Amino acid sequence: MSHKKFTRLVSKTVILPQENIDTDQIIPARFLTTTSRGGLGRAAFYDWRFDADGQAKATNPFAKFEPESHQILVAGANFGCGSSREHAPWALFNYGFRAVISTKIADIFKSNALKNGIVPIEIPAQRHNDLMGRVAAELIIDLEHCKIELPGHWTESFLIDPFGRRCLLDGVDPLDFLQAREADISKFEARAL
Amino acid sequence: MSAKSLFEKVWDSHLVCEQTAEHPAILYIDRHLVHEVTSPQAFTELRQRGLKLRCPERTFATMDHSTPTVPLAADGSPVYASEASRLQVQTLHENCQQFGIELFGWDSPNRGVIHVMAPELGLTLPGMTIVCGDSHTATHGAFGALAFGIGTTEVGHVLATQCLLQHKPKSMLVTIDGKLPPNASAKDIALSVIAKLGASGGVGYVIEYAGEAVRSLDMEARMTLCNMTIEAGARAGMIAPDEVTFAWLQGKKHAPSGIKWEQAISQWQKLRSDKDAKFDAQITLNASLIEPMITYGPSPDLAMPVSGTVPKPIDEVEQQGLDYMNFSSDQPLLGQSVDVVFIGSCTNGRISDLRDAARILLRHKIHQRVRMLVVPGSEQVRRQAEDEGLDEIFKNAGAEWRLPGCSMCIAMNGDQAEAGQLVVSTSNRNFEGRQGKGARTVLASPATAAACAIWGQIADPRPFMELPHVA
Repeated sequence: MSHKKFTRLVSKTVILPQENIDTDQIIPARFLTTTSRGGLGRAAFYDWRFDADGQAKATNPFAKFEPESHQILVAGANFGCGSSREHAPWALFNYGFRAVISTKIADIFKSNALKNGIVPIEIPAQRHNDLMGRVAAELIIDLEHCKIELPGHWTESFLIDPFGRRCLLDGVDPLDFLQAREADISKFEARAL
Repeated sequence: MSAKSLFEKVWDSHLVCEQTAEHPAILYIDRHLVHEVTSPQAFTELRQRGLKLRCPERTFATMDHSTPTVPLAADGSPVYASEASRLQVQTLHENCQQFGIELFGWDSPNRGVIHVMAPELGLTLPGMTIVCGDSHTATHGAFGALAFGIGTTEVGHVLATQCLLQHKPKSMLVTIDGKLPPNASAKDIALSVIAKLGASGGVGYVIEYAGEAVRSLDMEARMTLCNMTIEAGARAGMIAPDEVTFAWLQGKKHAPSGIKWEQAISQWQKLRSDKDAKFDAQITLNASLIEPMITYGPSPDLAMPVSGTVPKPIDEVEQQGLDYMNFSSDQPLLGQSVDVVFIGSCTNGRISDLRDAARILLRHKIHQRVRMLVVPGSEQVRRQAEDEGLDEIFKNAGAEWRLPGCSMCIAMNGDQAEAGQLVVSTSNRNFEGRQGKGARTVLASPATAAACAIWGQIADPRPFMELPHVA
């Protein structure tokens, strides 16, 4: 696996104020017939970006904020709920996103995002509200120190799965880690099964 | 020894390594269910790393999401909606062959929606850890298993090591006291619980369902309830196994038999929360107040009694949801024109669900405007329904009787609604575009969906239930 490393990110935000943005919105199911991980950026938020004829929608929230230069998605609570499809972070990463910020991020999406180079960050409602009110604010995300900074305004610490963080910082591969515990796994099987 | 909840008992008995400051717990997985959509990239990963499947005997696969439900072609081959779908199913076939996985494919009498099929075969047993690259894996918690959905990278982890790195979730007890009215169903309980918790109220938790009303549910109803746990954000829902569970499991193909059955029962009887078990959160519902429910917005927690009026939106986002649904607040939904009715899915595609719908449809025709798809959850369900003549009831009423599959629940096999159409669906998600771009979905029980099909509008199933039944 091409394990994605992440240490520090300085980029701008795209705001999606909606709560409960489910993974069907992030990538509609009709794009899931693929057998590879690649090339899904085109499908990211497809129905928010394009109309039935494939023309760009006037309401496309990404029209002015290309994820290439706006790599931080700030979304309403419970981002990534619904289907467990890992195609959601694959699509977001391929589209250009490297971090998602919300007050609450759905469990399976959070786990999938961490494994695919996207840092899921949960921050208090007050900070979140502040970000929601700013267009394309530039943020500094420091994964080493678990801090997010709006330069000139505030700095906030965030909690993140320490193992997932280490995987992103040091390029630790979780499957390698599990395989290295083979002796423990065999011991468990002998004892419990 | 301190008191433990059902969840803690199953969790603790599967710990290969405890959680430390350095890493999450390593959890052993008893059963791994695999389907065509979320597995190909995991198999590719194994091949690239030169890894083998660690436990073929714990791994079972079927094809359900991309598979067509329309009749097979004259030569017996399935009629796929796209070449990509066909290729995806073929890829699963090849992967199962290469890695030595038992696949319930087109030629199997057991093929079905993975969460319908596995319990039917006794692959789901109390106290197991069960995972699948599918969020509705929560279904299997109905048997007292710890069952949850995982991503494709984790599918690879389980294929290669039979283990997962997991943080221990918090626990929530959802008690449903009292007696459920006979004209309400497990689907109505599920929608009531989700409405109460909200779409994110369960994030970070495993839910245990308990109380008189839960104990009174049969196994299929318990599966419906656990299935939708993820719609409140909780990854797993569990119900302690009891005599109802054991009676349902006895004789199933992969269930233990003989002396092993007796031994299993005595182990399974311990799978209940101790009297003093602690939960991180608790809520209680009164089952006697539960009515047939429907959803009014594009999120499963936006649910209300079918006879209710749409509540005022709490914010702009909820208003946008109502705009998408083309509903307004303070309006009743009864009488709203319905275009499509879907009965099926891992939520409500079992034989009891089809019986509920057929009972309402008997001697009725569906409204001329309505297109109705009835999609059995598995080949076993299909055969049982046909033996009971349910297929004839559906066909005589004007519905399409299909082959098993996920069908319109996820709408990736060609079964879908058109933009603007209102769908009454027995599935689990009503997200924008879930059943086709621009399609509007209302979730309901099989009985409510059947009543809506007859009237061609959103309808209360209760008047139909008061008529005498013909067995």
